[in-house]
Amino acid sequence: MSKTLVEKIWDAHVVKSEVGFPDILYIDTHLIHEVTSPQAFDGLRKRGLPVFRPQQTVATADHNVPTLNQLQPIKEELSRFQVDMLTKNCAEFGIELYGLGHPFQGIVHVIGPELGITLPGKTMVCGDSHTSTHGAFGAIAFGIGTSQVEQVFATQCLLQQRPKTMKIEVNGELGKGVSAKDIILYIIAKISAAGGTGYFIEYAGSTIEALSMEARMTICNMSIEMGARGGLIAPDQITYDYIKGREFAPAGEEWDKALAYWKTLYSDADAKFDSVLTFDAADISPMITYGTNPGMGMGIAAHIPATGDQAVSEQASFQKALDYMGIEEDTELVGKAIDYVFIGSCTNSRIEDLREVAEFVKGRQKAENVIAWIVPGSKQVEQQAIAEGLDKIFEAAGFQLREPGCSACLGMNEDKIPAGKYCVSTSNRNFEGRQGPDSRTFLASPLTAAAAAITGKVTDVRTLLNEPAHA
Amino acid sequence: MRKFEKLTSAVVPLNIENIDTDQIIPARFLKATTREGFGENLFRDWRYNGDHTLKADFVMNNPDYSGRILVAGKNFGCGSSREHAAWAIQDAGFDVVISSFFADIFKGNALNNGLLPIQVSDAFLAEIFSTVEKDHNAALQVDLENQTVTIVATGAKEGFEINAYKKSCLINGYDDIDFILNQKHLIEEFEQTK
Repeated sequence: MSKTLVEKIWDAHVVKSEVGFPDILYIDTHLIHEVTSPQAFDGLRKRGLPVFRPQQTVATADHNVPTLNQLQPIKEELSRFQVDMLTKNCAEFGIELYGLGHPFQGIVHVIGPELGITLPGKTMVCGDSHTSTHGAFGAIAFGIGTSQVEQVFATQCLLQQRPKTMKIEVNGELGKGVSAKDIILYIIAKISAAGGTGYFIEYAGSTIEALSMEARMTICNMSIEMGARGGLIAPDQITYDYIKGREFAPAGEEWDKALAYWKTLYSDADAKFDSVLTFDAADISPMITYGTNPGMGMGIAAHIPATGDQAVSEQASFQKALDYMGIEEDTELVGKAIDYVFIGSCTNSRIEDLREVAEFVKGRQKAENVIAWIVPGSKQVEQQAIAEGLDKIFEAAGFQLREPGCSACLGMNEDKIPAGKYCVSTSNRNFEGRQGPDSRTFLASPLTAAAAAITGKVTDVRTLLNEPAHA
Repeated sequence: MRKFEKLTSAVVPLNIENIDTDQIIPARFLKATTREGFGENLFRDWRYNGDHTLKADFVMNNPDYSGRILVAGKNFGCGSSREHAAWAIQDAGFDVVISSFFADIFKGNALNNGLLPIQVSDAFLAEIFSTVEKDHNAALQVDLENQTVTIVATGAKEGFEINAYKKSCLINGYDDIDFILNQKHLIEEFEQTK
C-alpha cells in the first residue's frame, strides 16, 4: 500500500498499535535542555527509575543562559540554579551534556543537525515546540511536554495518536530578497496560527527542493506556528551532502547502509494526504508580521488589514493585537521607526543566516537609534563566523556578535527587549511580551532584519538590494 | 495523577482568542525546577502591572468571578510546549478549561496532569460567555463519564469528545508511564529488530 513519508517513518517505529489506544511509538533520539527537564528527572527519582536509554539522550543548555561572558557564573540565581541542576541531573543519570563552555554547546535545534545527530528516518523529540526543525532531514520530530520527557526517559517511547498528514507544495522561483523565512511566514499568514493543528506537514515542490538544509530547517522550524506538531521534507542529495562527515554521522559501511535506507524515504506518488495546499513562489514577497501571533503577517509593502475586514468573532482579538503593537489598521509598516534588531534563535541563527547578513551589511552602517544583536545558534556557528571574518564585518557595521543561546527569542534569560520598544526579529513568535514584558515584535527574515538595522526603520529590503553598499 | 469525574462550578471567562502559552505563563517564570507554585504567575502580564499591583480590569482580579472552570476563546494554549502552562492553570485552582479549539501540545500536557480540556462548539462557547456575562455566578456542570457540559441555569447541554484511553486515565488517575512500563518487554523486543 502506498504511504506518505510520515506514515513510513511512523510505521517503522510503532512498538505496539492497539485499537482504542494511542500507538506506543519508539523514539530514536531525545534532546533535552535545562528548562523542561528538571521536573522529569524528579519524576524518575520518585518512581525509582533510571533513564532507560541514556546513550540516545543528548543535553545542552540554551534557553536560560547569558550570551555575554558565558564562562563566568550566571548572575541571576534562579537561572544559575536551573543550569547547574541540568549538569547534576545529566551526571546522575549518565547523559552526555554539551553545557556552557563545551565546543558543541548551542541551541538544541542547531546542534542536533550540525553534529550529525539529526538523521533521515529518525524519530526525535525534545521538550520544546520547535523540535519540528529536525524534520528538514526527513525525520519525525516534535515537541513534547515535561510529563512526556519523563515518559521518554523511562521507556524511550511515547504514547501518541497517529497524526493527520498535510502536504504543502511551493513551486517556482523565489523573487529577489525573498528567503525561506518569507516562505514560511507567508504560509502561516495564509492558513492562520491554528491552520495546521492536528497535522504533520510535508513540505514539497520545486521551491522547497531547491533550498539548502539551513533554509529547510527555517521552514520546518515554524510548523508549530500554524499549530502543526511537526513538519518534514523528504531527504535528497542536498540532505546527504550536509550530513556526510559530521561528528556523529554514520561513516564507512554504516554510511552506505544508512544511505540505502534514506533513499526509500519519500511519499509514494499515489500516497493520500488528509489535506493538500499549493502555493506559487512568485506570489511571495519579503514578509513581516504586524500583530501578536505569527499568522498576523503580510507582504512588507502591504497595508495592515482593517479590523472591520476580520470575521466578527475575531475583531476584538484583532484590535487588541493592533493596540498592543501601537499600530493602526490600514496603514503601512514600512517607515516605522524601530529600536532593536535581533538576528538569532533556532529559526535563523545558522552560518548561512550569518553569511547572508554579513554580505548585506558589509560596507554599511547601522542606524544610530538601533541596537543590533546577532546571536549565533551554537559554539560551532560562532567559531565558523569568526574563522570567515564575519565578526569583523558585523563589528564594522555596528552589530554586536554575542555568544550562543536562545537569547532574545523568549524573554527568559538576560537578553530582553524593553517595554514599549520595537524589535525586528528573526525569531519565531511575536506573542505579547514574548521578547520581554510589553515588548513589540515584528517577525521577519534575516535580510529584512538587517535592512531595518541599517535604516532604523521597517524597510523593504528590495529597495536596498539595487543600491551598492559603500566600501 | 489527579482523578477527575464530575464538577459543578462557576467559571472564569476569558473571551480572547489565540491565548498562547507565553500569556498563560511568561518564560521568565519558568526557572523553577519543581512543578508547584506556577499559579502565582498565571496570566502574569495581564493580571499584574509592572509594579506588581493588580490590574483591576482583568477577570481574575474581579471578585465577581470565581470557580474551578476556565473558559477561553478559540485556539487556547498555542505556542510553546511548556507544561508549566498546564501546571500554572491547575495550581491557580482550575480543574477544567473550556474552549472551542485547543492547541495540540497544550491539550496533551493538560490531560497528562489531570486538567480536563473540553472542546465545545463555537455556538456553545458563545452561549457560555453570554450566560456568564448576565450572571457572574452561573455554574456549569462537567460530567466526564457521560462526556457532557451543562449550563446549569438553562439546562443547555453539549457533548464533548475525549479519547477513550485518556478518559480512563483521568477517571482512574493513571498516567502514560504506568501504561508503557507494563509493556517494557515489547520495547526491548522492538529494539532487537532495529
